[in-house]
Amino acid sequence: MIEFTDVVKAYDQGNTALNGVNMQIEDGEFCFLIGPSGSGKSTIIKLITGELKPTSGTVHVNGYSLERIRKREIPYLRRTVGVVFQDFRLIEKMTVYENVAFAMRVVGARERDIKERVPYVLELVGLENKANRHPNEMSGGEQQRLAIARALVNNPSMIIADEPTGNLDPERSFEIMALLQEINNLGTTMLVVTHDHKLAQRFHKRTIVIDEGIIVDDGLGEE
Amino acid sequence: MRLNNFGYLLKEGFKGIFTHGFMSFAAVCVTVACLLIVGSFSILAYNLDIMVEELNQTSEILVYVDSELSDAEARSIGTKINTLDNILQSTFISREEALEDFINDHEGDSAFSGVQADDLRHRFVVTLEDNTKMMQTDAQLKQIPGVAKTNAAYELAEGFSTIQSVIHIVSVAVIAILLVVSLLIISNTVKLAMYDRKDEIAIMKMVGATNAFIRLPFQVEGFTLGMVGAALAFGLEWALYDSLVQQVSQVDSLQLFSFVAFQELLMPMMATFAAAGLFVGIVGSWTSIRKFMNV
Repeated sequence: MIEFTDVVKAYDQGNTALNGVNMQIEDGEFCFLIGPSGSGKSTIIKLITGELKPTSGTVHVNGYSLERIRKREIPYLRRTVGVVFQDFRLIEKMTVYENVAFAMRVVGARERDIKERVPYVLELVGLENKANRHPNEMSGGEQQRLAIARALVNNPSMIIADEPTGNLDPERSFEIMALLQEINNLGTTMLVVTHDHKLAQRFHKRTIVIDEGIIVDDGLGEE
Repeated sequence: MRLNNFGYLLKEGFKGIFTHGFMSFAAVCVTVACLLIVGSFSILAYNLDIMVEELNQTSEILVYVDSELSDAEARSIGTKINTLDNILQSTFISREEALEDFINDHEGDSAFSGVQADDLRHRFVVTLEDNTKMMQTDAQLKQIPGVAKTNAAYELAEGFSTIQSVIHIVSVAVIAILLVVSLLIISNTVKLAMYDRKDEIAIMKMVGATNAFIRLPFQVEGFTLGMVGAALAFGLEWALYDSLVQQVSQVDSLQLFSFVAFQELLMPMMATFAAAGLFVGIVGSWTSIRKFMNV
């Protein structure tokens, strides 16, 4: 669960990115967070992943209080939140399998568990036949599927997808969104962050609109 | 941390050396070059110090015995000399021995042909433990009953002491500067290696790897590269030094230069190189990775 209460985030340079944000996303929800560039979307992601601390107000994510979280607790918070980026952020020298297994290894997973879990996740995202390929041998849509598989492999309770379709054509975008929907149906909370209103409108889901650091709308997106 | 994780981290550390082969090669080369320069200068300074010390040991005080004293009385003064502080050695030279030396030194010089043993005095050649205290010891020697006069070359002893002090100060300063420069160069090389892998580190942080888990492979890598660099530098230093000593001894027929054998320096050199390699590898990778950990 994500819960923001009266959250203000001001940067050292003086600009205020968030100005009294209140929002709550329940476990298992599928939610869009939309807004133009500079509206505060990225700041919200950084607050959720513990990269930033709020200037005032409280942020609760999956049982962690982010305003007073200790540095050594942040890795454990991050294991509950998978993140998918617009630019995929894959390791080019590793194969598809290795990219996903790497995410498990670096959190100390057993080799036996890795061998069980990675093929399952690759099958879930439709990459079971491309396990030995390298990212640069794959299309943008496939690379994003791989990024989703990596975000999913440690079984997080929530996935944040930051502009997941930003680098994809409309057809691939739809496929990725359908995949995220499928993952959500399995019980993972999904927060899709985008500036693309049309994308949110196509999926009749809860949509939070942010502009200039303030939540200006929160309701079901229209189809 | 589970044992299989520890094994994985060690394996990753060693693997990293080969997967980033060029950067590893660069880090080892820089370590070798820097340690070689620092090591060579240290050995040079050490040898120079010993050579000056040996020259300094040749400084001596001649203690002339009162000519009224008998042979036995003259010899007994040696006991009193030896009770003084700062005396390394005192050697009695009789009038007859002194005459023999004198004749040898002035062979063929007719002006000294009439010199007899009785014209000369019994004497002691005294060498000191610390030549910087020559003046005080000379004063004490003059106080001994039966000592007629002394002859001490203060200027020469002071000159050697000054040269030694200069060598100490210059070598400590140069070694310190070289060490700092080496650390900066090596740290920057390791930083470049880390920069090469900043995306990997960012992904590790993103998926929830702990700082210790991220750091350990880099520390293993830094440690290994540092030790490999130190071992290579040590071997090269040994070979170069032995070759230099051999070359100099072939040219230096008068044996003006005396070098300490490398075997004598083996343990301290090995320990110093290993410590430097360890320090450079671990501290270099620690400080370099810190920058990329704040994600």
